[in-house]
This record gives sequence, C-alpha cells and structure tokens, in this order.
Amino acid sequence: MSRQPYTAARYRQLVADVTPSSRMLRGYVRAFWVGGAICTLGQFISLWAEKLNLGEITNPMFTTSVLIFLGTTLTGLGVYDRIGKYAGAGSAIPVTGFANSVAAPAIEFQREGAVTGVGARLFTLAGPVLAYGIASSVLVGVIYWIVRGWLL
Amino acid sequence: MPFIRAFVVGGLICCVGQALIMNTKLTNARILVIFVVSGVLLTAVGLYKPLVDFAGAGATVPLTGFGYSLAMGAIEGVNRYGLIGAFVGGVTRTAAGITAAVVFGLINALLFKPHMKT
Repeated sequence: MSRQPYTAARYRQLVADVTPSSRMLRGYVRAFWVGGAICTLGQFISLWAEKLNLGEITNPMFTTSVLIFLGTTLTGLGVYDRIGKYAGAGSAIPVTGFANSVAAPAIEFQREGAVTGVGARLFTLAGPVLAYGIASSVLVGVIYWIVRGWLL
Repeated sequence: MPFIRAFVVGGLICCVGQALIMNTKLTNARILVIFVVSGVLLTAVGLYKPLVDFAGAGATVPLTGFGYSLAMGAIEGVNRYGLIGAFVGGVTRTAAGITAAVVFGLINALLFKPHMKT
C-alpha cells in the first residue's frame, strides 16, 4: 500500500471497513446467548418432564409443546418480536421462533376474517417448513425402506 | 454438565442461522426451511443423533431438531409398519409440536390484538 496521508476521508473509509465486522460480531454474540438460553430453558423443562414420568418419546414432545406455548404467548403479548429484533437467529431458529412464525401472521391478519385471515395465515411460514420437512422425511423413510430391503 | 452443553450447542446452531441472515440474502422462510431439511438429512446420514445424545435440548430445540424428529419418526415408522410407515412416523412423532403450534397460535389470534410495527 502506498503511503497515503491520514486525511479525514481516508479515516472514514478505515472506520467503515472495520465497523461491519464488529456489528457482525455483535450479531453472533446476541444470537449465541439468546439461542443458547432458550435451549437451556428447554433442558430445564425436559428435566421437569422427567419428574412427570414421561417416556423417551413423550418427554421431548412435552418440552416442545411448553416452549411453543411460551413462544406463541410472548408473540401475542408483543414481546417476542422485540426479542427477535435483538437476537436475530437466536430467537428465530429455536422452536419458539417457529411458534412465533405461526402466531404472528395469524394475529396480524385478524381483520381478514377467522378463516382466510387467521386460519390461513397460521401457515404463512409454517406451511413451507411443514411441506419440505415432511416431504424430506418421507423421502428418507422410503430410501431407508429400499436400502433395508436390499440388505436383508 | 448438561445445561452448559445445551447452551453452547444451541447457541452455536443459532450462530449458523445468524451467519445465513447476515451473509446471504435468504428470506427468513427459506432459512427455516433449510434448517428443517438439514436436520432431516443430517439425521438420515447418522450425524444428528450423536449431537442430540451429547447436547439434549441444545440439539432438539433448534429447528434442525424438528427435522431430526421427523426423520427419526419416518425411520421408526418403516421399522414398524414397512413402507407406509415412512408416511406415518414423521408426523406421529412431531404431532404434539405441530398441534401445539396450531392450537396455541389460534388461541393467541383470538385473544390478542395486533401490535404496532415499528
């Protein structure tokens, strides 16, 4: 690099070069601790579920349902969107974020009616998630069935 | 310490999502779909189950864990019912989560008024 004098313009350029990376770091830190905290809460709930004598399969179901209840309720109270602004993926990726993606559009489009408003909008984001999730799991099941047939 | 493992692994999985948000132009819906399908595929090749055994809720609470449940359910379904089990198992295992989201989402839409977007 040639020797440039430290003019105000160049200084601003240097600041601009550095700033996005610190903003990104902040994004990662927020996503990490909020996402981690929600998962830790899930771990607490599953510990609580163990005391209710739930089985190996029903325990995660219970944990997921409680988290989804919390996610939808916080969405209704308008709290989850504020968490989302702060945490980004930290609140979007846990299952509470899935609950938020179900509840938020349903609440927002109430005026369009109970059926085409609330009923349809529940699946604005859940629809694609369920469609591709279920379809890919069926694909996995079918491939597993074929491979198992070959092996046995 | 299971809580620390859940915290760290869950946090790291969310950081992967954060990387997608900040470095790509993918919409939120696409990122969620990518996470669920990744969970299904990682489970199918046997990589996700060890992570669940290690991190517990740290691996099952993120949406990749939803994909894990779908895939595990489909495989168990095939073991139990044959080919039709591929259609039965996934949703059976995730039924509580899907139903909770629909029912609680519906109740919330009846109870709460829309909030002002800022």
